[in-house]
Amino acid sequence: MLPIIFVIPVVQLLVLAFAVTFEIKNINLVIVDQDHSVASRQLVSKFAAPTFYHIKAYSDSYTEAEEQLKTGKAHQILIIPNNFEQDLQKESKASVQLITNAIDGSAAAIMNAYGNSIIMDYNQDILVDLSGGMDIKPPIDIRYSYWFNPELDYKTYMVPGILVLLVTIIGMFLSSMNVVREKEMGTIEQINVSPVKKYQFVIGKLLPFWFIALFELGFGLTLARIVFDIPILGSLWLIFGVASVYLLATLGIGLLISTLVNTQQQAMFLAWFFAVVFIMMSGLFTPVDSMPEWAQDINIINPIAYFIRIIRMIMLKGSQFQDILKPFAAIAIYAVCALTLAVWRYRKVAS
Amino acid sequence: MRGFIIKEFYHIFRDIRSMVVLFGMPVIQVLLFGFALSTEVKNAPIAIIDHSNDQVTRAITTKLLSSGFFILSDQVPGEGHIEEVFRHGKVKEVIVFESDFASKLEKDRQAGIQIIADASDPNTANLVVSYTSAIIGDYQQEYLKGMSLPVTVRTESQMMYNPALKSVFMFVPGVITILLMLITAMMTSISIARENELGTMEILLVSPMRPIQIIAGKVLPYVLLAFTNALIILLLSYFVLGMPVKGSLVLLLAESLLFIVMALSLGIFISTVSNSQQMAMMLSMFALMLPTILLSGFIFPIENMPVPLQIFSNIMPPRWFIIIVKSIMIKGLGFKYIWKETLIIAGMAVFFIALSIRKFKIRLE
Amino acid sequence: MKIIEVENLVKKFGSFVANDHLTFSVDEGEIYGFLGANGAGKTTAMKILCGLSSPTSGKVMVAGYDVYHQTEMIKKRIGYMSQRFSLFEDLSVWENFQFFGGIYGLSPAKIRERTTELLGRLGLESEKKQILGSLPLGWKQKLAFSVAIIHRPSIVFLDEPTGGVDPITRRQFWEIIYETASQGITVFVTTHYMDEAEYCRRVSIMADGKIVALDTPANLKTKYNAANIEGVFLKIARN
Repeated sequence: MLPIIFVIPVVQLLVLAFAVTFEIKNINLVIVDQDHSVASRQLVSKFAAPTFYHIKAYSDSYTEAEEQLKTGKAHQILIIPNNFEQDLQKESKASVQLITNAIDGSAAAIMNAYGNSIIMDYNQDILVDLSGGMDIKPPIDIRYSYWFNPELDYKTYMVPGILVLLVTIIGMFLSSMNVVREKEMGTIEQINVSPVKKYQFVIGKLLPFWFIALFELGFGLTLARIVFDIPILGSLWLIFGVASVYLLATLGIGLLISTLVNTQQQAMFLAWFFAVVFIMMSGLFTPVDSMPEWAQDINIINPIAYFIRIIRMIMLKGSQFQDILKPFAAIAIYAVCALTLAVWRYRKVAS
Repeated sequence: MRGFIIKEFYHIFRDIRSMVVLFGMPVIQVLLFGFALSTEVKNAPIAIIDHSNDQVTRAITTKLLSSGFFILSDQVPGEGHIEEVFRHGKVKEVIVFESDFASKLEKDRQAGIQIIADASDPNTANLVVSYTSAIIGDYQQEYLKGMSLPVTVRTESQMMYNPALKSVFMFVPGVITILLMLITAMMTSISIARENELGTMEILLVSPMRPIQIIAGKVLPYVLLAFTNALIILLLSYFVLGMPVKGSLVLLLAESLLFIVMALSLGIFISTVSNSQQMAMMLSMFALMLPTILLSGFIFPIENMPVPLQIFSNIMPPRWFIIIVKSIMIKGLGFKYIWKETLIIAGMAVFFIALSIRKFKIRLE
Repeated sequence: MKIIEVENLVKKFGSFVANDHLTFSVDEGEIYGFLGANGAGKTTAMKILCGLSSPTSGKVMVAGYDVYHQTEMIKKRIGYMSQRFSLFEDLSVWENFQFFGGIYGLSPAKIRERTTELLGRLGLESEKKQILGSLPLGWKQKLAFSVAIIHRPSIVFLDEPTGGVDPITRRQFWEIIYETASQGITVFVTTHYMDEAEYCRRVSIMADGKIVALDTPANLKTKYNAANIEGVFLKIARN
């Protein structure tokens, strides 16, 4: 048990935090320069400068470049047509083509935006050249600021969610296994013939997991702070307060599962099914806001979704109790319902 | 051999729980995840602080709100309240127009907009900001039309394979792969582990059947079932989720069959290393689930990961099958482009089978 | 004629010696009791005889075939009923017979004929459509035995066949064993019930991987001056 308590969080945090990222650091670009002119080379050099772009190949034919897109070696193709410089000088207008592999739609949108911004830059350079070094800015000046995570570090976003995963797995799986294990081994009979009250038994079963999971959370938070340098803007007390209520809900679900089944295997199976659905829908990996209405409605019964939202708000934005009131109330109601139902079912099973 | 297959079907069809698992779960998960998993930005709540409220800022606002990406959320009284709004949750982005926007633009040819994004979710922030600036850029182009800038390079963007940038194209191949892999490996490993646990495997082993025949007899029905499953999942993806099948359907089915065989051999291998159904289940659910979801390129592009994880992802069978599925279904490519991936999966199947036979022999010692 | 011949059989697992120079033989058609305390090495020896495991050294012949190289031939000529009751619980009685008959390569007509005959002998014909899991343990054990001899093996190995059943069923079970032996099928049986050992023609008793006694029950009782085999067993175990 002890190795599990310490090893699982470390492995999970390390692997998940690094694996789970939408950050685009490297765009493989194939350049098809059909013009071979000074102007086209200047444009190419803009892409070659150290940016997100990594120029995978230069090619003369589009078919060859497309091949790279097909085999997945390249993400993007820039095509400079053969009278690019001429058009630019004579008509003051030229066009280039930027082709992006868009199977991953959101990555494609970002890659396209990067490409466009480099070409805009190039436009700017031409203007500056033409006006004899005078600084001409586009008339609308857009300034960006990214709050709470200025470097757009994906780990900052993921780690709090992973912590939730950690305590959930401990809470739900261990507790769902536990009672059914006693049932399978027949030890539950022993307890039923003893004068122990049902609720005492339930508390006795669940309390250790509750402590272990809270300890895990503390351990995970420490790792997050030290290894990943994740900010904890809000109050630690608030995090633990919400977590302790949240755990009651998960433990309740676990216990409920274990009263519904006869074997550990069935328990594991049910717990697994719910865990997969809850985790995938929770907004841990893909944003809840991007889901269709009805899928967001399913999340009303998804405790993981609530807690992930809360912990991200508290840790990354420093949200306070009044900000998280609604989701917190949902978790609290959840905890009460799950526990009541579980204890009620358990009494039926036991008697 | 025939008797074996009949017997295995009896096992499967008499066990309602496993039937539900076999056919119900994939359907639910394909539909649920196929629709729900998405990174598209649609109707993101934004707030606008407009210090000018003139015709230009209103025009930009209208343009932003009619794009379909954004909806106007709460009123924010002033810059001082932005943090409060973000802390509360919903709003993704605040756009601030400076005062006298239109007149500054007219006279100084210079006016400022500030975009402040809640970057606690960096991906959404990135998308929201890039959409916003693209829309404002568009407006600027229109605005400048009358004034004719001396020189411009125009970009024609083309989104290959997925012009509408639908998330389904990214996630459905992954969901198909993960389901086939987990369900197939789990079914096989559990059914073999069950025979081990019940002691019936021993009886089979003292019979004149060769171990290879025993395993083949056990596994063949699951090939059939898994293939049926694959068909159901593909039909759902095509008709309900709107996935295209641009390439050859026959090739897609053949590759699916190969992948199923690979997953089955992995299941056999799992059952040889675990001594109970419990353990077989644990191994095939938990040990396989997270790595197959995370390190296969299902949700998160592999090339963005740190190098050690990229290397590690090479031994994940789903990684290769996802490439195959995307290539055939979305890109419409032929075998010429995926023979390498095919070979890798075939190699993995052979590897797991060889390993299982070795393990099996050791057990008999 | 000897149906099983074992000379100096040794089986080691690493440095642990599970079978230490076993030498014994079983005559055709006899009921041979293979006794020993838990962990004495019975199951290991039995597995070797069935071809489930191979010996470290020594000569082992079953039905005239060598266990090192001819396990395939041996497997065709033996039946096996394991310690854990092990037919398929979710198949019907009939389906279990069908399946196991098929494994031993019997034709469908033969399977039907033998199944009817064996079920008739047990008086369980009317239960043939029942799902096995719903039957009482005693019946299941008799059925498991019948399945083990469906292909008419020369020898049948029974690994603690009567664990957990009531005395009456045990009695009936032994009657079936006798009947089987009378048809010329050799029965090799391990058991924990010492009274059952009395039913065997000869018994061997194992301790710490060695055979410490081998004779007819009557001779053993005289030799160890005990009233029954249980007494013999206790005396040996105390030494």
